[in-house]
Amino acid sequence: MTIPRIVGAGLIVIGVGVGIGKIGGQAMEAIARQPEAYGKIQTAMLIAAALIEGIGFAALFATAEA
Amino acid sequence: MRSTFPIKLLFVTSLFLSATAFANPTESDAEAGEKDLKTEITEYIGHHLKDSHDFSLFSITQENGEKKHIGFPLPVILWDNGLKVFSSSKFHHGEAVAEVDGDYFKLDHSKIYKTDASGTITYDEKHHATNAKPLDFSITKGVVMIFLTGLLMFLLFKGLATSYAKNGSIPKGIGRFFEPIVLYIRDDIAIANIGEKRYKKYMPFLLTVFFFIWFLNMFGLTPFGVNVTGNIAVTTALAIVTFLLTNLTGTKDYWKHLFDPLGDSMPWYGKLPLYVILIPIEILGIFIKPFSLLIRLYANMQAGHIVIMSLIGLMFIFKSWIGSPLSFGLAFAISLIEILVALLQAYIFTMLSALYFGFASEEHDHAEAH
Repeated sequence: MTIPRIVGAGLIVIGVGVGIGKIGGQAMEAIARQPEAYGKIQTAMLIAAALIEGIGFAALFATAEA
Repeated sequence: MRSTFPIKLLFVTSLFLSATAFANPTESDAEAGEKDLKTEITEYIGHHLKDSHDFSLFSITQENGEKKHIGFPLPVILWDNGLKVFSSSKFHHGEAVAEVDGDYFKLDHSKIYKTDASGTITYDEKHHATNAKPLDFSITKGVVMIFLTGLLMFLLFKGLATSYAKNGSIPKGIGRFFEPIVLYIRDDIAIANIGEKRYKKYMPFLLTVFFFIWFLNMFGLTPFGVNVTGNIAVTTALAIVTFLLTNLTGTKDYWKHLFDPLGDSMPWYGKLPLYVILIPIEILGIFIKPFSLLIRLYANMQAGHIVIMSLIGLMFIFKSWIGSPLSFGLAFAISLIEILVALLQAYIFTMLSALYFGFASEEHDHAEAH
């Protein structure tokens, strides 16, 4: 029995969601602790989120093509 | 306790509404029409995501069942035993075979194939056309939009430059809107990531790529229905420029870091087993960085377009009074998010490009730490 592709896509979205959610949440904690470092934290957060997103999209394409 | 009442009411109402919304399609003769509608919507979205050889804005099905296309044709430039230039109106939106100097061409899924006089296209078992493909250099819809954006950017920023020269570096008019953005890219993207010393070399590229991607993303949200940054060829070209700039302007330390990452901290016999694994990973990394750039931009724009078009398509699937407001509300909300994403993706592309340029222009300052 083969597992449908859509299950893989769902798993990817769960993983990416958890990852980006954790980054966003911890960035907010950091901003609350040090509001003056807002700009730097936001930049670092966006880069990390973009990197995870890139991997997530690559994986989504893999499920669509396989 | 009182606050739960509206939620319950909403829940019951939504159940009732969904019951009426799904009641219609269960009739047996509506079933076939429903399936046709779904494939039609899927085909329409698929068609929208692709580049096309004519700039069609919309089409109307007339009373006699004939489709009338509103838009204008674009030039087709083919290389097939000599240059062939003709108007895309010869294809009649993929319905007719175009005859040029004794050769016949036909459109199939937005791609041009060489055929015989009657326009037969043979397919393999995966439903890919097996006909010969001429080299296609056509001015397609996407190319037109790239030209237009280039022209717009040239006129806009050329005008701003002359305005700054005339007014003694005081922004006027639309310059007041663009100056903070340009300054942000210089101070918070270029200088922060590349450093005071070398950032000037990269500024033209960073500014160009930022405004190019941003404008094209915004054009993608207009009803013209262009999807340029959601085209993998365009994002690949942009990523290749970043790749070339990173590696052609790389300093000695950048290359040393790639091929000798541990430096003098270890004797050569200790480095050897590590480098068998490390160096291939570093070399792979050179290619993975721009690859992730191109995939991210392409997939984000493509996904945004699919979501908006699908939500609009809901209107035709529901076929009841609840469909239109629901579809409108959802599409409106997603469109607002897409405006943010259009800016964010341009920012991320510029930011990560600057970060890679920063890696490429690193100088010995980290060596003292070892």
